Amino acid sequence: MKLRFLLPFGAFLIMVIFLGIGLKLDPHEVPSPLIDKPAPAFTLAQLHEPQKTFSPADMKGKVWLLNVWASWCASCRQEHVFFTEFARANPTVNLIGLNYKDEREAGMNWLAKLGNPYLVSVSDTEGSAGLDWGVYGVPETFVIDKKGMVRHKQTGPVDLTILQTVIMPLIEKLNAEAQ
Amino acid sequence: MKKLVLCLFFLSHSVHAEIEVYQFKTPDLELRYQTLTEELRCLVCQNQNIADSHAELAQDLRRKVYEKLNSGESNDQIIDYMTERYGDFVLYRPPFNAKTLILWLTPALTILLGGVGFWSLLKRRETNSDEQLSASEREKLDTLLHTKTSNKK
Repeated sequence: MKLRFLLPFGAFLIMVIFLGIGLKLDPHEVPSPLIDKPAPAFTLAQLHEPQKTFSPADMKGKVWLLNVWASWCASCRQEHVFFTEFARANPTVNLIGLNYKDEREAGMNWLAKLGNPYLVSVSDTEGSAGLDWGVYGVPETFVIDKKGMVRHKQTGPVDLTILQTVIMPLIEKLNAEAQ
Repeated sequence: MKKLVLCLFFLSHSVHAEIEVYQFKTPDLELRYQTLTEELRCLVCQNQNIADSHAELAQDLRRKVYEKLNSGESNDQIIDYMTERYGDFVLYRPPFNAKTLILWLTPALTILLGGVGFWSLLKRRETNSDEQLSASEREKLDTLLHTKTSNKK
């Protein structure tokens, strides 16, 4: 008799737990299939000096960040503050910008106005590199290790907490890894 | 209020871009294009496939599907291209693997469990109906029925 009441209640509890977990998940955070895979290659013109190109192969042997941004993206502006501060505090961190589906002029004006934390930014006007990297919601930030493997992807704007608790410890860990 | 509604009406029209139309060399290609774009999920508006979505990403992915179809790639090649970049999430019909085991098996398990529960319930009822009243119970029932009818009088 007791089991008759306990069983539905137990089932209800399990459901509540699962729904509770579900509430906390962010459906926009799609796990990237790129993790622990080689960084997709591209060769794109640099934003400031379009006669020069940049390609992920140039960063071989270094730990680096690829931040996908655009001047039309509102939350990029929000995270930009943290990146400029982060770059100033950690000058050894290689931060590369991917100016995604943007106009060159607009991108350069944006950096001139808000500050430029990037070692170099590349113009992905067509969004082709973005497609290869599986970009679906700017801003996105990738961490790439010395071997050229993608080790982490951050979808959406970073903030101080993410930089301090996720990105920076990972960079330190990857820096300690053998090449 | 009227003005606001009117304003929203015009705004919604200017924001909604038309879904582009592609020309195909053969009807077969067009059919494959339709199937593929209906099975690929738009990652921006996640409850829409890329065939229905107005998001810019969906537009890019549609163009990619179109280009790949025209260059002679098979459906599997195109699906692989998408999952390499966006993961299984891009597929409306997720593949059967270790990660999606629960997803695929839960419906069958639920039906199975429900069936077993229902069956045992029926079984229990059957045995219950077979139960006979003992002599003292029958006596008690008789007196109860009797007193009830006599009370009415």
